[in-house]
Amino acid sequence: MDSMTVPAITAVNDFVVKFANVNGSGSASANEMFARAIVRMGVPVSPRNIFPSNIQGMPTWYEVRVSEKGWLGRRGGCDLMVALNAQTWDADVAEIEPGGYLFYDSTRPLKGKLREDINVIGVPLTAICTREFTDPNQRRLFKNIMYVGALAGLLDMEFEVVEGLIAQQYRGKTQLIDGNRAAARIGYDHTRTHFAGKIGLKIRRSDAVGDRIVIDGNAAAGLGAVYGGATVAAWYPITPSTSVVEAFTTYCRKYRTCPESGAARYAIVQAEDELASIGMVLGASWNGARAFTATSGPGISLMQEFLGLSYFAEVPSVIIDVQRGGPSTGMPTKTQQSDLLLCAYASHGDTRHVLLFPEDPHECFTMTAQAFDLAERLQTPVFLMTDLDIGMNERLSQPFAWDDARAYDRGKVLTAEDLDAGKSFGRYEDVDGDGIPWRTIPGTHPAKGAFFTRGTSRNAQARYSELGEDYVYNMERLRTKFETAKTLVPPPVAQPALQPTRLGVIHFGSTSPAMAEALDILAADGIYLDALRVRAFPFNAEVEAFVDAHDFVFVVEQNESGQLRTLLVNECEFDPKKLVKVLHYDGSPITARFIAGAISEAMNSPRLRPLIPTKG
Amino acid sequence: MTYIAKPRLGSEALPRNAAGFTRRDYEGRVSTLCAGCGHDSISAAIVQACYELDIEPHRVAKMSGIGCSSKTPDYFLGASHGFNSVHGRMPSVATGAALANRDLTYLGVSGDGDSASIGIGQFAHAMRRGVNLTYIVENNGVYGLTKGQFSATADKGSKSKKGVLNADSPIDLVALALQLGATYVARSFSGDKEQLVPLIKGALRHKGPAFIDVLSPCVTFNNHAGSTKSYDYVREHNEAVNRVEVVLQRHAIETSYAPGELRRVVQHDGSMLLLRKLGQDYDPTDRIGAMNHLHEHAALGEIVTGLLYVDEHADDLHKHLNTVEAPLNTLTDEALCPGNEVLQALNATLR
Repeated sequence: MDSMTVPAITAVNDFVVKFANVNGSGSASANEMFARAIVRMGVPVSPRNIFPSNIQGMPTWYEVRVSEKGWLGRRGGCDLMVALNAQTWDADVAEIEPGGYLFYDSTRPLKGKLREDINVIGVPLTAICTREFTDPNQRRLFKNIMYVGALAGLLDMEFEVVEGLIAQQYRGKTQLIDGNRAAARIGYDHTRTHFAGKIGLKIRRSDAVGDRIVIDGNAAAGLGAVYGGATVAAWYPITPSTSVVEAFTTYCRKYRTCPESGAARYAIVQAEDELASIGMVLGASWNGARAFTATSGPGISLMQEFLGLSYFAEVPSVIIDVQRGGPSTGMPTKTQQSDLLLCAYASHGDTRHVLLFPEDPHECFTMTAQAFDLAERLQTPVFLMTDLDIGMNERLSQPFAWDDARAYDRGKVLTAEDLDAGKSFGRYEDVDGDGIPWRTIPGTHPAKGAFFTRGTSRNAQARYSELGEDYVYNMERLRTKFETAKTLVPPPVAQPALQPTRLGVIHFGSTSPAMAEALDILAADGIYLDALRVRAFPFNAEVEAFVDAHDFVFVVEQNESGQLRTLLVNECEFDPKKLVKVLHYDGSPITARFIAGAISEAMNSPRLRPLIPTKG
Repeated sequence: MTYIAKPRLGSEALPRNAAGFTRRDYEGRVSTLCAGCGHDSISAAIVQACYELDIEPHRVAKMSGIGCSSKTPDYFLGASHGFNSVHGRMPSVATGAALANRDLTYLGVSGDGDSASIGIGQFAHAMRRGVNLTYIVENNGVYGLTKGQFSATADKGSKSKKGVLNADSPIDLVALALQLGATYVARSFSGDKEQLVPLIKGALRHKGPAFIDVLSPCVTFNNHAGSTKSYDYVREHNEAVNRVEVVLQRHAIETSYAPGELRRVVQHDGSMLLLRKLGQDYDPTDRIGAMNHLHEHAALGEIVTGLLYVDEHADDLHKHLNTVEAPLNTLTDEALCPGNEVLQALNATLR
């Protein structure tokens, strides 16, 4: 260990480890194992992939935030850099916090002068692998598990936990288990021998994880679609949504294969493009199946015309939008919340759509399942607005649960018995006063209930009509239906400040963990904010009441233009001056440091300063 | 035009088919297309085909895109659900519908603009994917609703009503369907009901993608001298390869043809296609031969019609996906939702 100009960082269960790897080198599963080992020791972590749009050879990073307190947002900065990529070496070394640690493969000696304010830990990974293994593949791949072992030794972790994970990952493959365990052990013993007591970072067993699970949002959404009763999925591959349908496929094979015949109780079609994906969803939903697609911003752009048809023809559809950086062709592997306006008002004509904003994988599961109920109840498109940060990163989440007494809400569908019993049927008639008409499924009845589905240009009985009054009747009914939607979508979650305050903050989706931490930081500085996490559009009465109850409300978003704020101003007619933008949009997940900094700064403006209570 | 339904009075006296329906039960609303439009003849042929096949009208789903042709599903099978979707996208909507309920009969009606221009991608993929769908293109080479622009099936050198010569090469949807894997491919003419009705019947009983290109002259914008999609032109250049008769299992087979003139093709559902040869020797089960025949005659300026290709052993998308026999839209909550116990077991693997 080199001499230091600043004190070495010391921390227990509260630091950030960042891995700098080469894409395609097999490091991903080793890195995930490192994060999971910490979870197994009862310490919360939030890992994040920072990766290029590339298959092999480009730089990729994996950041693991360890937080006993359970902060799951990205912290920013790095206390221990595992620098294994020569391409990005300089930038990686520069990113280490003063007093932090650099871990590297010391097989080749370092060239040039390093920073003097960091601690250097060299382990000759390549040399050890060459010495210990003869197979060239093993020499290459075991390097990964070896650094996991080395880090475990360095951070004083329990080796048995790493062993257990290896056994689980390679279950049934004894040779792989033995090889990986041996490699991990060599790494572990090496750092225990050479660096014991020389590093200030430590993982100590805790019980802060509870019964939480680790899963990524896309897998959770795929599972939610299984539980929500989806039978038809049509999709087109696009980062970062691809793994939603991949997960749906895996879970369907497992849970939806007919035990008697081995046949599939689902149909998954990889379409030729997103236009076809959404077209298939509409065809299947029109025909009485629950259907969905998963895509990202560029896909939503292509689906616009069909989304309008879904809205006006009142055919249910569920669209999972895993948002990424805009514009349409940009930043496929970076996160943003920049599709709100695109989805809320998708298509030509006067359209408004239901959006759901999950905060984590748990809500990706529950809200995806709920989306099918809402889509059929409301006979309209429903968007699950998740993002890359939630979708493609493993996240500590509340365990899944399902109420077995719950029945799917299939909405207002007339059966053959209803029609035989003399129930009158006008496809677009508002018979119940909630704006939602009744529908029939094709093939239901030999003589009654058939209708011709069109976008508009029809009357309440679904007959062709170009009359202005028929059009207006329809639009007014759709407006009523949108009001009904407000009562059905998930309500916001309020987090009141510890002291009475005239300031509020609204946030949504993946901002949630960083927001919780930011509120904590701000409160420590004497800045108290009532927080409201919006979970759906249209905004229901509680959202309106929250804004009305505060003098100023910060709106924290991960996009450049303040899209949620635009929706709030547009739909609720709030005074725009009252809603203060806090915007983060560089493609990285928002941090508590950023939110707290931006809000603190805004508090210094003459407009807001009088609202801060003076201390003491 | 008026939009009122035709009076149903007097239908009691009409003959009924084996399913108990009269021909009127297969009709729809009064057409709003131009008088003499070829499309109305195709609608009439669909009515007759469904009547003769004893199909229950409500077990048919009518799918269309946008255009004159796509309006027609309102003018036949009034007791069936119909879906007038968006321009060029009928195939995807029909695919989704077919996935949801494999037990209905899907009839897609499209036009040359809808399928060969804006919708050629979806047309192509529905064919190659094996959707169990009867796909009829009412082909007039011209956009009617927007008043006479060429579509992508207009022949090179064909003259528009305004006197403009088409410089672009035409897309032959039949050739494409053959190449892309359609398992029942035919071409016909709206003015030849005797040829068209059996071809529609055979398609409706076919399992897999069945494509029929029907030349259907536009009397308003494309029926003049110099057009290659006019009634006169099509009649003069029509080269039929065969005549088809569809025989259901329960019907006796007529044997009025001389031996050797008839070829029998038994379809998946047991229905039999009797193909009477016309002139030259033509094998409708030879896909490559069909493609060659088509191109050779197209080079001579001839329009080849008839049942050009049929695969007796065709299967469909549901077979490829190995879906359960019960329509997916009939599966119960119990069959779909794995329940909480499974979920708790899954949670345990995620810690």
